[in-house]
Amino acid sequence: MRFMMLVIPKVYENAPADFVPPADLVAKMTKYNQSLTKAGVLLGLDGLAPPAKAARVQFTGGRPKVTDGPFTEAKEVVGGYWIIQVKSKDEAVEWAKRAPMLDGDIIEVRQVQEISDFPPDVQKAAGR
Amino acid sequence: MPSDTNRAIEAVWRIESAKLIAGLARMVGDIGLAEDLAQDALVAALERWPESGVPDNPGAWLMATAKHRGIDLVRRRAMLERKHAELGYELEAQQEAAVPDLDAALDDDVGDDLLRLMFTACHPVLSTEARVALTLRLLGGLTTAEIARAFLVPESTIGQRIVRAKRTLAEVRVPFEVPRAADRAARLASVLEVIYLVFNEGYAATAGDDWIRPELCEDALRLGRILAELLPQEAEVHGLVALMEIQASRLKARLGPSGEPVLLLDQDRARWDHLLVTRGLAALARAEELGGTLGPYALQAAIAACHAHARAPEETDWTRITALYDALAQLSPSPVVELNRAVAYGMAFGPSAGLEIVDVLTSEPRLATYHLLPSVRGDLLAKLGRWDEARTELERAASLTRNARERALLLERARACAVHRTD
Repeated sequence: MRFMMLVIPKVYENAPADFVPPADLVAKMTKYNQSLTKAGVLLGLDGLAPPAKAARVQFTGGRPKVTDGPFTEAKEVVGGYWIIQVKSKDEAVEWAKRAPMLDGDIIEVRQVQEISDFPPDVQKAAGR
Repeated sequence: MPSDTNRAIEAVWRIESAKLIAGLARMVGDIGLAEDLAQDALVAALERWPESGVPDNPGAWLMATAKHRGIDLVRRRAMLERKHAELGYELEAQQEAAVPDLDAALDDDVGDDLLRLMFTACHPVLSTEARVALTLRLLGGLTTAEIARAFLVPESTIGQRIVRAKRTLAEVRVPFEVPRAADRAARLASVLEVIYLVFNEGYAATAGDDWIRPELCEDALRLGRILAELLPQEAEVHGLVALMEIQASRLKARLGPSGEPVLLLDQDRARWDHLLVTRGLAALARAEELGGTLGPYALQAAIAACHAHARAPEETDWTRITALYDALAQLSPSPVVELNRAVAYGMAFGPSAGLEIVDVLTSEPRLATYHLLPSVRGDLLAKLGRWDEARTELERAASLTRNARERALLLERARACAVHRTD
């Protein structure tokens, strides 16, 4: 089973465009990433630039509307992700619990959906 | 329905058990005993954590608990040895114990317990089946029931296989170590073979109703990735990982809507898993960067990479694939490699070129019951328009395979030949 662990750092709600994580946190994160690699579960990961550098394309009334960051009202902004291959959601959660996070941070553990999980008509629409 | 804590404990076990067993095995010098101690710690966790909650560092807790029991045990043994000493056994026992330790301290180039555990579980003194079961159990963290399900054999069979394997390792006194330079290559080959065997059983099941069992592929990939981190300088480990990643990238595309196999050239390449392709190509690059001639796994990975690079079947660089198969046939000649080489020659230089190689193989006794030989031969004959012969070969292939899905596909291809004949 494949899971995406989405990092939602508290600091990203108000981070300036030039925000970079402190060296000690990066060191801890690197160590954590290595532990995932050494355990053979890590498939991929990325860190995302602060929302101040982002854009949102919002669909209201069927039309896309673009807003540049920062988004003053935004809560729970994604800051990065890991993709891991594990045996169960519990195992993914156990890995998430070990991540070096700061107070107020959230990791959301989401299973990657497979086309084969869908009913036949939806699978067909996906070209199966 | 297990409680949340029990499920958390199971997850912790999945993550920690191999490290736990490996650390304990170094301490007590016996992997069977090490596993017992680790299991004891697991039982203690199952008793205590539902009350106390899961500790902050569950791995350390399990290790401390198991070590504690281990120390008790070692003490009891020491007492027993003192009693033996009174009977005059001490000197001999001490010498026996001291020699391998000293050697290990002087000559062990990789001090990693997990690596020792891998080499020990894949020791050539054990049968291949035993190596596979022991590796999945001790390093993959699979239960006996899970291994039994994966290999479609009764749980008691796997249980006995594991018990016997552990007994053999103890009786033969296989030291818990990474092998020295002299046997290292052969021993590493055994580890790689075991991992690839697990992968292949998942990738093209030899028996049963399902043609693929992706969970086994995932187990093998996990083991391979762990090994690649433990032995980053071994090109063939990266070669094996590359091969498995690229092959696994096609898992979903290899299965048709009703579970039937879809052959490589018929697959919808959009359904290949590009994350795994990328990982596979990166692992192959690591193998190549380490220099030297590519080993058999890296060569097979390079062949798989040729397919991964082609956006459509007709873009496949078959000439390069034939060159890689030529190299593979030189390095590790086998009838199966020869058969694959024939397929590549057929694609690169026409069906007659392929058939020429295949026809030599028809007298090969090791392929007498191998369904892919008549399957490939039937295919090449069909391309040459020799429909009758083609149909006979495909029917023969269908009668040889033990997999239901594959049999259905072969029979369908045989019927297609019959249609052509009447045209």
